Amino acid sequence: MSNDTVTEPAPAPAPEAPAKKQRGGLPSWAVQGLVSLSAIVLALVVGAILIIVGDDQVKTAMGYFGAAPMDTISAAATAVGEAYKALAVGALGGLDPIAESLTQATPLICGGLAVSLAFRTGLFNIGAQGQLIVGAILAGYVGFAWHLPPVLHLVLAVIAGLIGGAIWGGIVGVLKARTGAHEVIVTIMLNYVAIYLLQWLLTTTAFKRPGREDPISPVVDANAQFPQFGDTRLHLGFILALLAAVFVWWLLNRSTVGFELRAVGANADASRTAGMSVGRAYTIAMVVAGALAGLAGAQQVLGTDLPLTDGVAASVGFDAITVALLGRGTPLGTVLAGLLFGALNAGGLQMQLQTQTPLTLTTVLQAVIVLFVAAPALVRSVVRFLPKERGVGAVLAKGWNG
Amino acid sequence: MKKYLRGLAIVGAVTVAVAACGSPPAEDSAAGGANKDFKACMVSDSGGFDDKSFNQTSYAGLQAAVKSKGITEVKAESKSDNDYPTNMTAMVTAKCNVIVSVGFKLEDATDKAAKANPDIKFAIVDSAPVQPITNVKPLGFNTAQASFQAGYLAAAMSTTGKVGTYGGIKIPPVTIFMDGFAEGVRYYNTQKSKSVQVLGWDDAKQSGLFTGDFEDKAKGQNTAQNLITQGADIIFPVAGPAGLGGLQAAKASNGKVNAIWVDTDGCESAAEFCSVLISSVKKGMDVAVQNAIESVVDNKFDNSQFIGTLENGGTALAPFHEFDSKVPAELKTELDQIKADIISGKITIASKAQPKAS
Repeated sequence: MSNDTVTEPAPAPAPEAPAKKQRGGLPSWAVQGLVSLSAIVLALVVGAILIIVGDDQVKTAMGYFGAAPMDTISAAATAVGEAYKALAVGALGGLDPIAESLTQATPLICGGLAVSLAFRTGLFNIGAQGQLIVGAILAGYVGFAWHLPPVLHLVLAVIAGLIGGAIWGGIVGVLKARTGAHEVIVTIMLNYVAIYLLQWLLTTTAFKRPGREDPISPVVDANAQFPQFGDTRLHLGFILALLAAVFVWWLLNRSTVGFELRAVGANADASRTAGMSVGRAYTIAMVVAGALAGLAGAQQVLGTDLPLTDGVAASVGFDAITVALLGRGTPLGTVLAGLLFGALNAGGLQMQLQTQTPLTLTTVLQAVIVLFVAAPALVRSVVRFLPKERGVGAVLAKGWNG
Repeated sequence: MKKYLRGLAIVGAVTVAVAACGSPPAEDSAAGGANKDFKACMVSDSGGFDDKSFNQTSYAGLQAAVKSKGITEVKAESKSDNDYPTNMTAMVTAKCNVIVSVGFKLEDATDKAAKANPDIKFAIVDSAPVQPITNVKPLGFNTAQASFQAGYLAAAMSTTGKVGTYGGIKIPPVTIFMDGFAEGVRYYNTQKSKSVQVLGWDDAKQSGLFTGDFEDKAKGQNTAQNLITQGADIIFPVAGPAGLGGLQAAKASNGKVNAIWVDTDGCESAAEFCSVLISSVKKGMDVAVQNAIESVVDNKFDNSQFIGTLENGGTALAPFHEFDSKVPAELKTELDQIKADIISGKITIASKAQPKAS
């Protein structure tokens, strides 16, 4: 194994670990919660500055700042207040917005789990994007090319998606186990292979929609689509995402295999000495991670994004990495982080519609939140009263040197 | 447990932020035009309105209509393919009078919304429903026509006897330019008994050079450099912003290599490269979008497909700008003759990527 220096990349004590008391301070879960809260507040502050800088009315008011400084301030407050109000209402204000948030969160949760599981085994799975695309290709193909009875068709399409992702992730695991090829390089390269494979497939008659010259596939059969809840876009895939999270939790914390995965993630050398097969652990982790990402791909084509296009993956596979980071590598954390990102995505769309605030603002918010969460020291330097939390930041940083 | 708290904290933070700043909304500063209540809406594809390409040009059409008719605009940018149905629903909810969707990827969402809302008019750029829908106007552009002229122009201006082209992604709105270009070069060869070669696109086999996306300028520059190394002295990049890399490669050649731009007049949209631009193949999305919106304002909407041609100005060869003195007068006459022949049907273009009249 050329790469035995990989140490636990995913930080964070396991969720069920007893909260250890800080000396004379808050328990560590409270500290982590405070850091996350501060990160979100700081991100909103950064976002507010961007909104103010970009707002036309503020710019106009700035022109006569000397004469009526309050105009500038009130214009700024209005711009920020309206934008964030639209964001909050768009994400949480009623059944439809909540359903939309959950819909947006669905693939992020599955993709995030794919990254988290690999993290815990000491692998950086940058390839959720590629695994998702291949999962979407297979699920989509089974969805529109086969014609089967209800239930059976959906089940087979989902399984096809799982297999597609598992193959794409499995390649990485086997290469790592057999040859020591670094998974970061391999997954990034396989992302390119997957997107170009999809672009090429969409030019073939097998995938092209009849009567159209554009690279777009037929819509999957009604039998292969996830049933939706009422009039919303929320579909059964969301329940599958939650089940996947429970499965990952069980796998990591309750199964023998999961114990091996975590042991290898914590210290590959020690695990090998203890008689575990490190290569086997890497392969299993990547196969399962790939299958999870493949499930996210299946959710895209069978749930919301019915035809296959070259944009089927959007940036879900990459957002999944930030979701996993924010969730600190735990299944529950990943679900919550996925929900937050889903809410920001859904709210962002409404924010742009109502206040014409550019959609990229939500991307900035997401990035800044993760930046602050990943660097607690940075948050602490801004929010001085936060108590010290030992180790977490250092572990996160160390992981990338694997 | 700590994770629950984090969730609560998020909700709390958002609430605090809203409560702290929740002053009443300022009066909307929408232009007080005659048709202020008329809402013209637009949904972008995942490229966004700042793509320096078809989303941006279509949006310019919306802005022009807003200005000329004093209507109100609402726009929604899509970040991913997932956003199309959401944005389309939001536009319907916003009570838009006309909704313009940009790009073939929005076809499904547009058709669905159009069938569910017969009172709202729709227009879609670069696509068409398979079966015509009474309230959807497809906006197509036969850019192969002006590209044909561009191919002829390039062949005539080439000193090495080789011209090059490359695309962003192999989709019909891109390959239509390359088809027309290649056919124009072939027409020049038969007319003048020359053998100018087209590098980067074989229209018979429908295969050629593509950068794989529309964003990567470095890749565009490399691809153009490849063509230049093979001897091409005129480059025709059909790759949006990635095509700008091709112009950089041309500029770096110090006058040996020149280029022809697409979509917009390059001397206006990318003025820093005007010195290497012989001409541009314009695709009049702005005008088409503006006309479609204005037709709804004036109650003259119909669902017949608009196809931009040389005849109606929906596609055109841009002025030569700095090359005006370098393009021989005889060649200019020939180009005008080609335009007339294409309009009259004397020259037929074979490209299968041309939008079909419905």
